[in-house]
Amino acid sequence: MKLTSINELNALKTQNRVLLENRRLTHPVTTKDALGMPRNVLVCGGPGCHSSGSPKIAELLEEELNRRGLSEQVKVFQPGCFGFCEKGPMIEIHPDNTTYCEVSAPDVAVIVEEHLIQGNQVERLLFMEPSTKKRFAADLPFYQGQLRIALRNVGYIAPENILEYIAADGYQALASVLLNKNSLEVIDTIKKSGLRGRGGGGFPTGLKWELTRKSEAKQRYIICNADEGDPGAFMDRSILEGDPHSVLEGMLIAGSAIGASHGFIYVRAEYPAAIRRLQIAIGQARDYGLLGKGILGSDFCFDIELKYGAGAFVCGEETSLMHSIEGARGEPSVKPPFPAEKGLWGKPTCVNNVETLANVPPIILKGADWFASIGTEKSKGTKVFALAGKVQNVGLVEVPMGTTLRQIIFNMGGGIKRHKTFKAAQTGGPSGGCIPSKYLDTPIDYESLAAIGSMMGSGGLIVMDESDCMVNIAKFFLEFSVDESCGRCTACRVGTKRLHEILTKITEGKGTLDDLDKLEKLGKIIKDTSLCGLGQTAPNPILSTIKYFRDEYLAHILDKTCPAGVCKSLLKYHITENCIGCTLCAKKCPANCITGTAKERHVIDEERCLNCGACMEQCRVTGAIIHH
Amino acid sequence: MCDNASIKDPYRQLDEYIDTLPYKKENLIGILHQAQELFGYLPDKLQWHIAQKLDIPSAKVYGVVSFYSFFTMKPRGKHVINVCMGTACFVRGAEKLQAELEKQLGIKTGQTTEDNLFSLDSLRCIGACGLAPVMMIDGKVYGRLHEPEEIRQILEKYRLEAMPEA
Repeated sequence: MKLTSINELNALKTQNRVLLENRRLTHPVTTKDALGMPRNVLVCGGPGCHSSGSPKIAELLEEELNRRGLSEQVKVFQPGCFGFCEKGPMIEIHPDNTTYCEVSAPDVAVIVEEHLIQGNQVERLLFMEPSTKKRFAADLPFYQGQLRIALRNVGYIAPENILEYIAADGYQALASVLLNKNSLEVIDTIKKSGLRGRGGGGFPTGLKWELTRKSEAKQRYIICNADEGDPGAFMDRSILEGDPHSVLEGMLIAGSAIGASHGFIYVRAEYPAAIRRLQIAIGQARDYGLLGKGILGSDFCFDIELKYGAGAFVCGEETSLMHSIEGARGEPSVKPPFPAEKGLWGKPTCVNNVETLANVPPIILKGADWFASIGTEKSKGTKVFALAGKVQNVGLVEVPMGTTLRQIIFNMGGGIKRHKTFKAAQTGGPSGGCIPSKYLDTPIDYESLAAIGSMMGSGGLIVMDESDCMVNIAKFFLEFSVDESCGRCTACRVGTKRLHEILTKITEGKGTLDDLDKLEKLGKIIKDTSLCGLGQTAPNPILSTIKYFRDEYLAHILDKTCPAGVCKSLLKYHITENCIGCTLCAKKCPANCITGTAKERHVIDEERCLNCGACMEQCRVTGAIIHH
Repeated sequence: MCDNASIKDPYRQLDEYIDTLPYKKENLIGILHQAQELFGYLPDKLQWHIAQKLDIPSAKVYGVVSFYSFFTMKPRGKHVINVCMGTACFVRGAEKLQAELEKQLGIKTGQTTEDNLFSLDSLRCIGACGLAPVMMIDGKVYGRLHEPEEIRQILEKYRLEAMPEA
């Protein structure tokens, strides 16, 4: 059915309102009261829960409901990511608003019997706050302090059904733009809202639109950058999988504002589920006349094409990305000219990130002032972070700009795993830096993160504890940059390789103080002379770790030890009094440097030890062999 | 009954796909995705074929194939094991997992076992950070892998499946 006017869109919205009626009631009812009501069971379909078996849970639920004759009254859905990946697979039951964590196959029958038939919450599946042992059925501590704008529909609507998106005010922002606003007003709204690029750079979105609009040309393009390449980041993926229409709507609005009739979504080939959801969403939008000619009865024509990446991190850089769309090697080119003047096939092009575009419809609907009232002075709105690493609650969080790292890591994240001590938080992926504990109370925004040597990046937030070696972490990121450097400019191609070699030398205990100076000097040269963002930011992980964790570098260089006990070549193995004299380690030692008689404590000759760790691997007695 | 007519020549299938595209040279990456889907990998001969079909230098095709890590010029094993080397998995022991797999399979990352059953590779983040460290075998994700024994059992399952039925 093609929608030919805004009235038809509104009629469709009213008609389908019932789809969402039972979800997120402002006054949830009790589980007993909900017994007679139509109910929704939402099974998280995010990447984490999917991997831990949520599709199977949804299938079993449907079977069980069928068997108990409840399939009419209780509907099962698989929306996008709930965010709380640590406790997956998760399910939510509405209207009584109950969340169950770590649901396994045998729990399904229990939930149906106890909760859905008897009306009693299954206590043991509710989230338990580890310190207080308190159980939560709703408003889990993980969600307190979060504000969902970009993720507003993720985990709430069924992403493969455009009607649910329309029922949740979907395409209303587009309608209001086409009906009431000219393109300059739209650009003005986005400028006033203070929205900045969420892909990492933080360039003001409205200004980017304005510059593209001002360039003289018959054809202009809008590109959605969905090449989320930071290792440890999955924010954009969750939006694409959980709410693909919000990205399409954002692109339509951007397209109308800059005067483009054609848009591209450049998405990673590594995200097959996101690709499938986008294909479905684009197909549905075309069927409803929301893409194509004369959208909603206006004279606006716009279509979107999907383009696939092929595994090159540098293609997240906008000029590389455009070369890749053109079918070439994804190498960057010199700016200026900027894409806004000469971009894809030489035409003015605006490249926006997934999360940026998902923010556009709510800004249009609720107004620039509303958006600008959230956040800090220069960074408005919210930011989605993929919180991972050594934190209790791994997951996706969306918080207002200005929230502190401490709030994210210790309140939402529940603190550090296994009662260890926080050492650093890494933001911005291979382009970012490591932030030490003294900056935990820094309010997060673009400027404050840059000031402490890191960057906002696309939103990866990796937490590290005392058992992580910062030199090794820097080496890990450099390995990534060496791998992903496209080879176009010498500073990045050769420079990152040299940095990596020096770091390897240090982790092997062969480093000198001179190497430390070399790292800093070379790092600065690479930053200054690289062609694109990849090279310009590649030394950040080294420079920030040298700045904040110099002692660790010095321990590797001067004392030849790795304080965190990670760098293998620097470990000293030692047999303790726990040894029962089983002789296994002595038999396996390739250097024959372990001596001792059976049933007595053995000894390692540290002079001859190769630090290979074979003895420790073989040892069956806890604590008998330690490294220090 | 044999139905040889319906077994399509993959070259012809690829040509038919290319013919449906509204524009071709600009779609090189999409075409290579399709070709790798059909053939499993992109040998020289296939790159030549694509170059001729699109009327572009084969050096350009090779340049693109070698640039993107998703494309492979070597045949892969029956099952592709990918160890996630995202930061979250890294800090939770992905290196150990990778070393253990290399040990159990007797190959290095990037290689294929002699019986062509497994290829071992790494990739950057599959978004299952809550389950770190993880590996993916042909799209199926296995998480929280800390014990060598667990890994052995998973590999054994694939080996058993591949055994001809007695």
